[in-house]
Amino acid sequence: MTGVSEHVKDFNEVNKGLSEENAVLEALRCMNCVRPSCVKGCPVCIDIPAFVQRVANRDFAGAAEVVKKDNMLPAICGRVCPQETQCEGACILSKKEKPVAIGALERFVADREREHGVTTPEVAAPTGKKVAVVGSGPAGLTAAAELARMGHAVTVFESLHEAGGVLMYGIPNFRLPKEIVQAEIDQVKALGVEIRLNHLVGRSVSTEELLAYDAVFLGTGAGLPYFMGIEGENLCGVYSANEFLTRVNLMHANCFPGFDTPVKRAAKVVVAGGGNVAMDAARVARRLGADVTLVYRRREEDLPARAVEVTNAQAEGVRFVCCANPVRVLGEKTVSGVECARMEMCALDESGRPKPSCIEGSNFVLEADVFIEAIGQGPNPLLISMLPALTRERRGNVVVDEDGQTAIARVYAAGDVATGAATVIWAMGSAKKAAAAIDRMLRGE
Amino acid sequence: MYLVEEATQLADKVFQMWIHAPQVARHARAGQFLVIRIDETGERIPITISAVKGDSVRVIFMTIGKTTEHLSTLKKGDAIRDVVGPLGTPSDIKKYGTVVVIGGGVGVASTPIIAREAKEAGNHVIGIIGARNKDLLILEDEMKEACDELFITTDDGSKGIHGFASTVLDQLLKERELGCVWIIGPAIMMKVTSGVTKPYGVKTFVSLNPIMVDGTGMCGSCRVTVGGETKFACVDGPEFDAHQVDFDGLMQRQRMYVDEEKEALEHFHHPHGGCGCCGGEH
Repeated sequence: MTGVSEHVKDFNEVNKGLSEENAVLEALRCMNCVRPSCVKGCPVCIDIPAFVQRVANRDFAGAAEVVKKDNMLPAICGRVCPQETQCEGACILSKKEKPVAIGALERFVADREREHGVTTPEVAAPTGKKVAVVGSGPAGLTAAAELARMGHAVTVFESLHEAGGVLMYGIPNFRLPKEIVQAEIDQVKALGVEIRLNHLVGRSVSTEELLAYDAVFLGTGAGLPYFMGIEGENLCGVYSANEFLTRVNLMHANCFPGFDTPVKRAAKVVVAGGGNVAMDAARVARRLGADVTLVYRRREEDLPARAVEVTNAQAEGVRFVCCANPVRVLGEKTVSGVECARMEMCALDESGRPKPSCIEGSNFVLEADVFIEAIGQGPNPLLISMLPALTRERRGNVVVDEDGQTAIARVYAAGDVATGAATVIWAMGSAKKAAAAIDRMLRGE
Repeated sequence: MYLVEEATQLADKVFQMWIHAPQVARHARAGQFLVIRIDETGERIPITISAVKGDSVRVIFMTIGKTTEHLSTLKKGDAIRDVVGPLGTPSDIKKYGTVVVIGGGVGVASTPIIAREAKEAGNHVIGIIGARNKDLLILEDEMKEACDELFITTDDGSKGIHGFASTVLDQLLKERELGCVWIIGPAIMMKVTSGVTKPYGVKTFVSLNPIMVDGTGMCGSCRVTVGGETKFACVDGPEFDAHQVDFDGLMQRQRMYVDEEKEALEHFHHPHGGCGCCGGEH
């Protein structure tokens, strides 16, 4: 295929990052504002001007120290945060020209530190208090790191065989290399955090054992895939995006049979959805050699995925069919196609987006041998249903106050389990607040 | 790492293994399973918990492909990289009166733990265990001890009653008042056998065995249709009301990776060069 990015040949990282010289030049563009609006745009409030100034002065170790005060996962956030709506969107320069590339600088600082030797931040004297953290995704890792630094003894329970949550099983290597995730998890462990893998809380750890800790943090995420509920959905070749991405990212099915987990090798793949998960699934399918079509029910300008991910997917040859929605999966035993209906946009719904509705008689068929549904996910009900005193919203999310406190004393929750599926950095921001509240509670303040 | 404490062969292609896994053993109940991954390049596979003793759990498996063949080569003192469990909802055991627990082939592995718990709950427990022939029959002594009555069937008549578990079950349904029936075995056996209890309206549980990945409810690989609704066998099951299960749909999805499974087994017996995408190591 000509005109298509070379990247579809492998799972290596697409964006190679800044060189030292370019990082310094970029940092010099920062105006070092007296009242920096970029900091307000960052959900974990990194002291952005302070670290950028250190990069400009070539004090890279100092820059890393400043970043890690507020964010223990900078190599991850620098890569996957939607900076255009956060720090960079708030940068004063963005009004007239391009904002300072804060994300790229954060990533540069973290990558350089990893390559030149890591320093572990100071840990406060032990408080004698024990905290259980459930889930080792972005929320759990952030809460664990914060609480360990405050001197509490932290145990993280993770049900999978690797820590990291969505960072490991969801986001593909070409956006977030797994050795970088592992290196940042190792930094959290260096603070004294114990991570117990293969422990599903509610099954391997009873709720009584859990509630015996001085405080509990629930960071169990939103890992329950939604299915469309259409005919033919259980045919062989229909995947949730969670399953498809877990097989490839966590189980390395792209290396089958070198690795034992298989994934269907398809000539034609249809992906339903328009978020980052849909983009990831489509781009992974391209790398497995398929011709990929993404079907989204609203207009192209409504795509919830980051603009850069849409651009990358298009550059890699993913075909977009907008204003269309799958209504039926076709096939005998295995998938042979996906019947879709054209959609028209009606009045705005409560989220401020146009509400799509089917156009009668507009159905058309996309040939496919694999169909991937990436239409969203909710909180896994297993553990939260075993804690009946928790209050939950209509969609199953755990209700918390602004400190992350749930309806059960000493039990806090943050990240996707509380907010519904959101971003890595929002999970980290809410986890950081909850950790501060847990610390105040444990100190009897 | 999880230590293999004992590994023995029970019958042709059927193996028994005790694994040290305290977090599983502490909480395991009848009807639950665990997921294991043998090593770094391994896949995750579900296996029913067949017994518990102290900090250890027993699994019994038949070699049907790459991972189970590999597992069968492990000896006492070897380690399994990952064991997670207990997973799934425990069997719905309470006082039903007379309970029948049926196991077919390697499915017999799951029956003593259910029979014992059912007896403890005050039920009169009848066991029916079957195999193709007498050499493939497993756990006969354990079932004899766990049940009030035990029937043995073989397809070829080499031991016990000549025929299938369904023949015995049919007779029991005619002669006695049954409170509840458990049937565990290959999908086709569960489909046929549970058809026998349907006209009598006797509550019947089957333990479904779809393809699983995580086993914790996050992917839907194990989805099955029960009473017209999509359920995840790993968290909603694996035991379901047999009369509500779409067995044909289950069997169709079980065959999704037949070709890949053959390829993996071939690769295990005759490894070739690297795959070219992970440094040629695998």
